[in-house]
This record gives sequence, structure tokens and C-alpha cells, in this order.
Amino acid sequence: MPKNENQTPTINPIGASLPRIDVQEKVTGTAIFTDDIQFGPGLLFARVKRSPHPHALVKTIHIEKALALPGVKAVVTGADFPNRIGLYLKDKHIFARDRVRYIGEPVAAVAAVSEEIAEEALELIEVEYELLPPVFDPEQAILPEAPLLHPELGSYEVANFIFPQPGTNISNYFKIRKGDVDSTWDKCAAVVERTYRIPHIQHVPIETHIAIAQMDHTGQITLWASSQSPFAVRALIAKCLGIPLGKLRVIAPYVGGGFGCKAGVTMEAIPVAIATKLPGHPIKLRLTREEEFFTNFVRQRLIISLKMGCDKDGNLLALQNKMIWDGGASTEYGVNITRAGGYSSSGPYDIPNVKTDSYCVYTNNVIGGPYRGFGMSELHTGIEQCVDELAEKIGMDRVDFRLRNCVQAGDTLVTGMSMHPTGIKECIQKVAQAIDWGKKAEPSAPNKKRGKGIAIMWKAPAMPPNAGSSALIELTDDGTVNLSLGGQEIGQGTFTVAAQMAAATLGVPFEWVRISSPVDTKYSAYEWQTVASRLTWSMGNAIVSAAKDARKQVLDIVAQWWGEKPDDLDIVNGWVISKKSEEEVDLKTFAIYGLPKPNDEGWIGGPIIGRGSFMPTYVTGLDKETGQGKRAVVHYTTGAQAFEVEVDTETGKVEVIQVAAAFDVGHAINPDLVRAQIEGGVVQGMSSALFEEIKIKDGVMQNPSFVDYRIATSADFPGKIHTIIVEVPQEDGPWGARGVGEHPMVPSIAGLANAIYDAVGLRLPGPPFTAEKIFLALQKKS
Amino acid sequence: MTTHEITLKVNGQTEQVSVLSNMTLLTMLREKLALTGTKNGCSAGECGACTVLLNEEPVNSCMVLAAECNRVEVLTVEGLAYDRQLETLQQTLIDQGGVQCGFCTPGMLISARALLNRNPHPSEAEIREALVGNLCRCTGYVRIINAVKEAAHPSREVSHA
Repeated sequence: MPKNENQTPTINPIGASLPRIDVQEKVTGTAIFTDDIQFGPGLLFARVKRSPHPHALVKTIHIEKALALPGVKAVVTGADFPNRIGLYLKDKHIFARDRVRYIGEPVAAVAAVSEEIAEEALELIEVEYELLPPVFDPEQAILPEAPLLHPELGSYEVANFIFPQPGTNISNYFKIRKGDVDSTWDKCAAVVERTYRIPHIQHVPIETHIAIAQMDHTGQITLWASSQSPFAVRALIAKCLGIPLGKLRVIAPYVGGGFGCKAGVTMEAIPVAIATKLPGHPIKLRLTREEEFFTNFVRQRLIISLKMGCDKDGNLLALQNKMIWDGGASTEYGVNITRAGGYSSSGPYDIPNVKTDSYCVYTNNVIGGPYRGFGMSELHTGIEQCVDELAEKIGMDRVDFRLRNCVQAGDTLVTGMSMHPTGIKECIQKVAQAIDWGKKAEPSAPNKKRGKGIAIMWKAPAMPPNAGSSALIELTDDGTVNLSLGGQEIGQGTFTVAAQMAAATLGVPFEWVRISSPVDTKYSAYEWQTVASRLTWSMGNAIVSAAKDARKQVLDIVAQWWGEKPDDLDIVNGWVISKKSEEEVDLKTFAIYGLPKPNDEGWIGGPIIGRGSFMPTYVTGLDKETGQGKRAVVHYTTGAQAFEVEVDTETGKVEVIQVAAAFDVGHAINPDLVRAQIEGGVVQGMSSALFEEIKIKDGVMQNPSFVDYRIATSADFPGKIHTIIVEVPQEDGPWGARGVGEHPMVPSIAGLANAIYDAVGLRLPGPPFTAEKIFLALQKKS
Repeated sequence: MTTHEITLKVNGQTEQVSVLSNMTLLTMLREKLALTGTKNGCSAGECGACTVLLNEEPVNSCMVLAAECNRVEVLTVEGLAYDRQLETLQQTLIDQGGVQCGFCTPGMLISARALLNRNPHPSEAEIREALVGNLCRCTGYVRIINAVKEAAHPSREVSHA
């Protein structure tokens, strides 16, 4: 029997900044993204005929000329696909049938032997429209006299926690009624009433959406897609097309940036729909950068009207919050942003009296969807500026005001839920300290002014109450491990964290764990979606459970073989050891073939495979009229950001001198990956605050390109980013961990707005805080 | 449409390829030579994901016609590592944690290689300037810049691909 030559355990993978499991592939050009898969000569290219009108009835569609073009293999329209699709509210067709509701809505699609021919065929499709009056402003669309976009709203299938208002353009109305707001204003020493407008922005993954579908001659369909949600894609498309779930297989290679836009289903259904008409051919649809901007999910615009009051000691007493979300033409996913904005509508504060009205409103704009933060950046942009103004009014330091009012364990939250332990105070104190809060540095030139600002945040995973995770752990002949999971690697590092958790629980070196990727709905363990910063916590719990299961099998087999008790054994560094007899055996000896009984009397064991799953079972419903319930969400991740800026009063340009960002992640499984999430989120948040806005005029997007829609470049990021990890454990998280993927961009707009105010005494009604806008506002002010 | 027969060197290998007049260098690399490490992010020369070295100069390969690439030398991300040994920039990018989704990574590495080829010890400002045409949405650039700094540090022997 070989002996374990390395008795020293390798580094404990939990809490170690191990290198990403996917990084060698990614620096060598080896990593396979969806467009890198080769499909051979049968491949056909799809292009989409899109509505040029924001609102119209579709009278007739003639496809004959397009079909006659040599090289065209199929043309499909909404006539072939009658069912609706959508995650929380089924309000969308794959192709418009009777009505189009935004410029860019798919009306038909062509599959041809080349993209050029497919493009040419689009021009030959004749669509006759009858124009209808459009509505682009959600404050108009919410009015009773507005043109109705979805007259059949009352008949749509909808999740039981979403409340559409049939006969209006309101697709979800979420209310909070906690305490009594109206009678409280008189008791306030200071009241602030403000309205902010946060524009549409876009996710801008560097990889545009792409999907390839193929139906074989038995009717089995495979879809390869850049997707955060292969299992949701399978379920939603199968149902919409009337395909048995088992007949649709979704394979999801590495995702070249998601940020929410590749969650749920957007364009993935189009190639599947075409494939059902062309057995044998793979059908590829890759969005152009322009299409990525004007036909896919954007972050919903928000108009938020706030009234907040506090007493003379700075205790927050009341909040009235009205949010009007510009859902766009379909709100199948966006309705839940309205809900998330509602149940978190107090921001991370303990406020006894809250009245919230959160409306998701249909407009003839591009479709709003999930975007990193899921409504929280927009909500906090308002809350955190009001809080600053209140502090100023009563003459209290802005940091002290937040420390006094921020949520603490045991507080009754805006929904009635009791708050769990959280490190938000530590986050506030640490970011303030990091940027020398209270001290003002000299500006670098006489025409420049320095300022500091802080903003804090909270966010809960927004998901159905019963979103589940699972994992399978399979030991292989050499003792190494295959870990099957359905969570997707979108850059956040989830495969690495998953391997760390499996290795630590099982007792093998980190390097022994392979992720069974790409995620494939035919083989991979189920995962609801890679969204909501929920994988480290939810999928993590499933992985730990699977690894414990495999571990138990291992210990039972070896204990039987040695005639010992499983409790006396351990797995260290891939070896089973006995703390009692000092026996040892390595996993590869028996992982597949088991162990022989003495005297050739047979065998013990067999291939080891562990299974685990996790689903929160404790989330309750909320009352439709009051938004009150026992437990609205699984938990909140909290955090804070503090900025130091320098504003050039001659040009209006804002330079971020430094930013400190602290988040309570419960327990950092891989601290370096947490810091990387924080840095990337801070810069994305900063980019949204200073540069980004989708400009829409009469429903037409004015800036759908990288030239006209500016995102942060290597020249723009701040001089210094202090990343701070706070760890107050999550009761039901693996090693106490909770998620942090989305949170780092949430406080950025508000934090920068507050710093700009501190520098030049100016507040703009909404981002982006461009040099031009600040310059003009400074001119006006003087 | 006319077909052109071209001969060029890609990552040190001589290749003979038939290309149509409208085919870009990017498409040729990905579809004719199966070098899919070079990515397409915009087809418009705006994001830098398709950056390759063309006769040692960084170019957006989506903006170069393949037919014009007769007798040129091209270096793609696949040509950076030699004999399965990562080149310095690849290693420092790993060490600094400068990779997330990885879609901008190939173009970023090539632009950084071009910078270090012409300026072995750039300042931070010069690094930021050299990578300004390579968009990254995940990392916030911090660790990418640090990786280039580390690769350019005088203590490191800069490997040339």
C-alpha cells in the first residue's frame, strides 16, 4: 500500500485567494465561448426583421419574395408561434403577432446560407402596419387616458406575487403601508421632498448575445447560448413552443459578460423557433452591437419621488416613496424589479413609518430587464441623496446620520421582517476612515474643488421564494473530483468558489476538483438562474451538501474495511486517515472499484457519487395591500462607498481621486475574487454615474454604439480604490458566506452625487453627471 | 465576389488561405484558421476585443480585409504562449487577477504586448493610454493595469512571443 508522503494538508481552500480555475484557458485563447463552437457546413445564419414603429397593429406580412431568394431556407413569423413567453409575467411573443410595441421588436426572421443573404431577404419581407399612438414617458403612460399597450393584460399568466392592473399600463403595483406616514410629518424637525430621474442604461457585455439551435430528425432540439440561465431558458422556451422539456437541451459555454442581460430569455427563442422548421440545420443568431443596444434588455428608467423626515436628533421618522419604473414594451422580467424596489424601498434604514407605491409601467420604449443591482442603484440614488440633505438640514455629520439610522439586527424592516445580524456600521466606519472623512485636501489647481461623499446600500437576492440549487460530486479513478453544477461562470469566479467549497468539504486539494462544464441541462445539476448574487450562498449550500454526502460514503466504506467507526476517520489532502489506528489509504485506491473484503470474500463500496440540493423554505408571501409579511427575502447584503472627487469648475469634469468600498460578504470564500468584484462594480457604477445614458427620441435610440454610448475605459478609473471586506456571518450561508456580485455598483451614483455636492454645492436631477451638465449648472448657479 | 489566394504567417506558421473580397482578417482567423481566441465584440473597430498584431502593430482585425493580408505576419493570443509556457503578460495577468469573463482578455493581452514591444518600461499613464481602445466591462481595469506594470518591471525578463 502506498503511503501518504505529504502528510501536511494543503492550504485550506476556504478564505484563500486561489487563482481562478478558468484563468489558464482565458489567457491563452482556449476558453470556448458560444461563437467559438464550429458547426460545419450545414450552419445557417438567422437575421431578424424588426419593427420600425414604436406602436402599431400588424395588418399583413408577406414573406413570399424573401422565401424565393436563392440561399434562403426559411422565413418565420408570429403566425407560427402563438404562445406568450416570460419569466414572471407572460406578456411577450417570440415574434409580434397582432401588434408591435417598440422599435426593434422582432416581426419575422430569416435563415439563409450566409448573413448577407439573410440580411437581403429581410428587405423583401413586406409588413403592413396601422400606426397607433405611442407613449414613451412612464408618467404619461400611467394615466388613465394613455394609449393602452396590453389590452389583454388581465388574461396573461402571472406569478402570484406580481400584481398587474388590467385596463391600465401598470403591469405590477407593489405597496408598502407600515406605520402612519401622514400623521408623522408634523413631528419632523426636517423634511426633504425630491424627485430624481435615473435614465435607461445598458449592460454592455463585450460579447453580444448569441444563440445557435438545431433540431435533429427525431425532434430533439439543442440550443447553445451565451446564457446566465440555461435551465430557465429550457423551461420557458419549451413551454412557449409546446416542446416537451426533455426534448430541449441547453448548453451554455462561458459567458462573455452578463450583468443581468443574459438572464431569463430574450433572443434565444428565435433560433429555436426557426430550427423547428428546418430539421438538421444549426441556426445561428448573433446580435450586432447595435442590436445589443436597441433590441435587448436595458436597465429600466426610474422616476423616484421621495419625501423623508427626521427629528432634531437625526432619527428618521417617515418615508414616502413613489417609484415609476419605465418597463418598456414588455415587463416579463421587469415586474419583479418593481417588487424588489418596493420591499427594499426604505434603503438600509430603520424607519418606523413608510408608505411606498412602486409601479411598473408599460411604454413603447425598449424592454427593461434585470441589470446588476436589480433596481437598487436607482432606488439608492434617490434615498441616499435625501439622507444627505436631511443630515445637512439638522446640522449633523453625514456619516453620523447614517450610523444612527442604519439597519441593525432585530430591527423591524419595511416589510415587517426582522433584520438579521449585519456589518453595515463597520462598512460605514471603514470607508469613512479610508478616505479621511472630515478632512478636506487641497485641490490640485485653483479652478478645481474637492469634495467627499458617502452612500450606503442594501440588497436582497430577488427571486421566487423557492429558487433552488443542486450539485453532484463524482469521484474518478484517480481520486480527483468532477463537480457538476448548473450555476454559470459569467466572470464572477463562481466555478472557482464552487471548487474551493467542494475541496474543503470533501478533504481533497483544490487542484483535484474539475467543474463539469459547460453547463448542459442534459447532464448538469439543476440551478434556477445565475442572478441575484445568490450562487455563493445557494449553490454553495448545495455543493457542501453534495460533498458531505460523498464524504460520508467514503468514510463508511473505509470504516467497514478497517473495522473502525466512521467518526474516527477523516479525509485529509485526498487520503482517508484514522485518528485512532493511524491507518491511511488514498482515495484513488477505492473511489471507483471499492475495497476487497478479507480472504477474497467479496467487495465493499462502489463508485462514489454525492448529491446535494438547497432551497430556502422560509420566505413568505407579502400582503397585497400593505406589503407586510413574516419574511420577505432570504437576507440582505449591506455595504458602503465613500468617494473623494475633484470638480473642474472651468470644464465641469469630475475626477474621482479615490473611492473606498466595503461590503459585508458574511465570509469571503476567496477574498481576492471578492475584491475583484468590488473593483469592477465600483468602476461600472462610476461609469453609470458619470457617462452613461441611453438617449431615446420618439422611441428611437440615438446612441446604440460604443462611439455614442460611452463606458469607462482604462483612462477613467479612479486613482485609488480601497476595497474592504467585512464579515458578519450569514446564518444559513456556507461558512457564513453571502453574495456580493451586484452590490458594489449600487451606491456609486449616490456617492458621487453627494461628493459633487460637497465640492461645488450642486445637485443634478439625475445621472449621468457629465462635464457638460455640471458646467452648465455651475454657470446657471453663478 | 472575387476570391483571393493569400499567403501569410500566423503565430509563426505559414498559412495559405482563400478569402473572399469582403472577408475581414478577424473572420479569416476565426473561421478559416479556427483561431477563435480572437473575439468579435462590435465589428466596428470600437471595442478592441479583436486586436491582433499585424506586422508587429496592433490592429482591430475586424477593420482589416483579409485580402490585404498577403505576405504579412500576424500574432494572435494563441501565439503568445510558447511550448505551453505562458508569456510574462499572461502570467502577470493571472497573478494580478486581471481576468473575469475573459472576453476582452485576448485583445487586451495583444495591445499590452504591443505596448511593451515599443516601450518596455511604460508609466501608468502610458499603460492606461495604450489600452484605452480595449473595453472591459468586468474588471474596472485596475488589475489589468497592474499586470502590465508588473510585466514591465525591470526585475522581470520580458519574454517575446
